[in-house]
Amino acid sequence: MDVETKVREIIAEQALLDVDEVQMDSTLESLGVDSLGLVESIFAIEEAFDINIPFNANNPAESDFDISSVRSIVEGIQRLVDEKTS
Amino acid sequence: MNRVVITGAGTINALGKNVPETLEAMREGRCGIAELEFRDVDRLSIKIGGQVKGFEPEAIFNRQQLTLYDRFTQFTLMAAQEAITQSGLTFGGELAATTGVVLGTAGGGVGTWDDNYRSVYEDGKNRVHPFVVPKLMNNAAASHVSMQYNLKGPSFTVSTACASSNHAMSQAFAMVRSGMSKAMVTGGSESMLCFGGVKAWEGLRVMSRDACRPFSANRNGMVQGEGAAIFVFEEFEHARARGAEIMAEVVGFAMTSDASDIVMPSKQGAARAISGALADARIPRDKIGYINAHGTGTAANDKTECAAVADVFGTHADKLMISSTKSMHGHLIGGTGAVELLACIMALRDGVIAPTIGYEEPDPECALDVVPNEARDVAVEYALSNAFAFGGLNAVLALRRV
Repeated sequence: MDVETKVREIIAEQALLDVDEVQMDSTLESLGVDSLGLVESIFAIEEAFDINIPFNANNPAESDFDISSVRSIVEGIQRLVDEKTS
Repeated sequence: MNRVVITGAGTINALGKNVPETLEAMREGRCGIAELEFRDVDRLSIKIGGQVKGFEPEAIFNRQQLTLYDRFTQFTLMAAQEAITQSGLTFGGELAATTGVVLGTAGGGVGTWDDNYRSVYEDGKNRVHPFVVPKLMNNAAASHVSMQYNLKGPSFTVSTACASSNHAMSQAFAMVRSGMSKAMVTGGSESMLCFGGVKAWEGLRVMSRDACRPFSANRNGMVQGEGAAIFVFEEFEHARARGAEIMAEVVGFAMTSDASDIVMPSKQGAARAISGALADARIPRDKIGYINAHGTGTAANDKTECAAVADVFGTHADKLMISSTKSMHGHLIGGTGAVELLACIMALRDGVIAPTIGYEEPDPECALDVVPNEARDVAVEYALSNAFAFGGLNAVLALRRV
């Protein structure tokens, strides 16, 4: 499964947007995804790729997972998927 | 309006199996949070909690009782026995007819749901014990207390997540204050420390893997606890006439709803509950010496709560003490306000302020006197107990030294 496409689909669903509107340089804030939407997105991504994302909703900035943009999320997921298959 | 006093208290929680043990642990700043022990804990990512250990229900309850008592009911009955025994009340006639039991719990018989779902889903069984429903229902604990002590007045269970106990005790207080009842048994209980209970909380990603450090800049989430605390609220003249020992007086309460978000707390909602309790109790704000904080150890709660306290108290916010005992006993969810009321009683009656343990780094957004790490001896005349629940439902109680 293409990580970028799937992640954008999941975020688009949370943001109630078309996939085309979720660009790689979009931030979750710019897409209108709030903290609950973020936790749900992380859950959906974990389920889709069967991975565990090290994310603490208390302090997203200090998690070992960068959520500053769609690109950083996709890259982080890609790394986790690669680690799993390697 | 009648004055309302506390003439009995009982508890069981991670800090102790009764009130003296619990208060001693709070005084010493002891931590009751440790490795969780139950089936399938290895499948959890959160493996710590304020679990009641060394508790053997088989040694206390008979086989028939055990088929009816979920762990949250067992905790309730243990705490109720201590509280009612201490109060010295026996219930008959008119007193029995008007005394009821108002308790808080968020989940009720979570362990019973968990065991029986496992049995039918995982083990593929097609039959469950006939008493599963009466064992797991949220009002089971209140009903068993009413049956055991012949309490025939208004009894019910309040379920408002983390504010359940404070809402319940507010109701009981209002009933005695209004003259509806001479006495009420109240408090709360929770027992969610089982695989399904913790797994559900894990999902929210607000749980700490290592410790509950309220107000500390390096806090990283909440830690669940379990247990119960039960109180006897009694009309003052009734208590005085029979020479009862009075632990503290309940002088007011307020409840508010944020009407904004299902999980994010609101400063305005919290502040309205705090100022509402002061107004109801007719206490000038500079008389409050101690606040038992909701203080969950999450980023969102602690800064919102401190901002609300600063808003309500102005310059007095820097003079009062505010601590979170969840750092020691964990977050008992629907039972938490009841256990925390014990810290208010200790402050008022004994002049000992329970600390916020695990405090390591000051947070500029929580710049209040949080009584870090060590208990303090200070005489206090008035105290508040805060509870702010998921769903934006808030309840604050005000107490006075007697």
